[in-house]
Amino acid sequence: MERTIYIAVSIVLCALVLLGIRWMSSPRTAVRGNRLSAVSMLAAVLLVLWTEKIISLPLLWAGIVIGGAIGYYLAVRATMLQMPQMVALLNGLGGGASALVALIEIVEKYAAMAPFNRVSSQLALIVGGVTLSGSIVAALKLDRRIAQRPVVLRGHSFLAGGSIALMLALAAAALFAGNSPATAFSVAVVLVALIYGILMAIRVGGADMPITISLLNSFSGLAGAICGFTIEEPLLVAVGAIVGASGLILTQIMCRAMNRSLAHVLSGSIAAYQPGAGEAAPESEEKPETGEEISYKQILAQARKVIIVPGYGMALAQAQGKVKELFDFWEARGVEVKFAIHPVAGRMPGHMNVLLAEVDIPYDRLCEMEQINPEFATADLAVVVGACDVVNPAANTVEGTPIYGMPVLKVEEAKHVFVYNLDLKPGYSGVDNPLYKMKHVRLCLGDAKETLAGLLEELAEALA
Amino acid sequence: MNPLLLIALFVLAAVLGYRIIREVPSLLHTPLMSGTNAISGVTILGSLVATAAAAASGSRLLGFIAIVMASINLVGGFVVTDRMLKMFKQ
Repeated sequence: MERTIYIAVSIVLCALVLLGIRWMSSPRTAVRGNRLSAVSMLAAVLLVLWTEKIISLPLLWAGIVIGGAIGYYLAVRATMLQMPQMVALLNGLGGGASALVALIEIVEKYAAMAPFNRVSSQLALIVGGVTLSGSIVAALKLDRRIAQRPVVLRGHSFLAGGSIALMLALAAAALFAGNSPATAFSVAVVLVALIYGILMAIRVGGADMPITISLLNSFSGLAGAICGFTIEEPLLVAVGAIVGASGLILTQIMCRAMNRSLAHVLSGSIAAYQPGAGEAAPESEEKPETGEEISYKQILAQARKVIIVPGYGMALAQAQGKVKELFDFWEARGVEVKFAIHPVAGRMPGHMNVLLAEVDIPYDRLCEMEQINPEFATADLAVVVGACDVVNPAANTVEGTPIYGMPVLKVEEAKHVFVYNLDLKPGYSGVDNPLYKMKHVRLCLGDAKETLAGLLEELAEALA
Repeated sequence: MNPLLLIALFVLAAVLGYRIIREVPSLLHTPLMSGTNAISGVTILGSLVATAAAAASGSRLLGFIAIVMASINLVGGFVVTDRMLKMFKQ
């Protein structure tokens, strides 16, 4: 009887979690959706504690309180720029917890486990372990504590392939072993899984991180679901599957946005690409700046429609505030201002939107690529802030680059383009940006915070 | 519980989740990810049950660590998502 009630309540909770995610599809209802999911999870915890009659165990509450306090502390302290590493870290912890639960099951009751549970417990060890160490490496990379570039060891593929084979062999050995050897084999499986996670994440470059984080997100859900198989807990299975699906969708979207296959990203193949012999920073950049001073003013005075293209460089320069000032300035004078957001702008899916929302830019001005691309042709001015590859008309036509075939924002179609980048160095793709040499493009190099302050002054003069 | 039933549940939840999540616009993909990430802390349920049932003290310690990790995941994920979503204004 109690079991029936439990299952029924579990189904309701799953439905609530799904409803919560459904509400996440509009900014108007999203806050409510997230809170609904949170309350459903809290209810699930209490339900389990109650039905298992373990609600009064101090050890459990101690863990919840300590973990909750740490989680809360991390969450209120993280800046929006740090969000990718925060999410990566949290992913890893979830995956690690799933692996630990599987390990406890193996240590405690291996003899009594059915083959199905034994197999799933080994899988949970593998997926959970890979998620834990892979996420920590990803978080360290994103936090710039270790090199952002792809690190490829000697015989990297061999090591990675070897560790997968070793993992599977150890897991298989554990399946047929008796009680205590099974524990030893399982611990070895976890260790090798941790090593594989490191090998996997270390060879992914900084700009490919959106894909890696999405994949690890999927893994963390999958680890939970598999762990649910082991302990026969339907809530874990269902909710883990939902998270796994979510991560999978985001991974697909990111791969498509960069025109990269998952295998490419994971093999760190960008390391192999060497930019052509042609040196960067050609001379022709020097355009007759002084003579056109007046016309820049005219451009600013006449612009009725402006599209701003923010890139990760804007976030690194912390120039969001200046971008907001620009937006306000134009907005107050009846100029139409929109933002063109490339799907891979930032370090995780949707990162740029969060960074702009933080400085109170209304979300209905943030436009996706497909939506905004036809509009560049009608724009008087496009302002690029800290973006290179996503506005590089050539990067996606040069074969062998990491972003070959990646759809880009068509800024060059705007009547005038002002570029506020740090330097002329090619972006992640290593391909020189022909945009910089076009006639209607003005380059303002340097720290975006300062160069945008310059633009604001020019604007004040032009529209005085 | 019957393994087949669990696998069916897994497939059903994944398909339902896939359909619903596909509707989320890229505008909200970061909070979506941190939100679903928080939900993946559901593994805390397993940690709680396994820890309570564990006989060996080593297992209890592992279980305690699992509970702490999953709680950080849950609370951190939901709070950070809440912070982000509140910033989206029209």
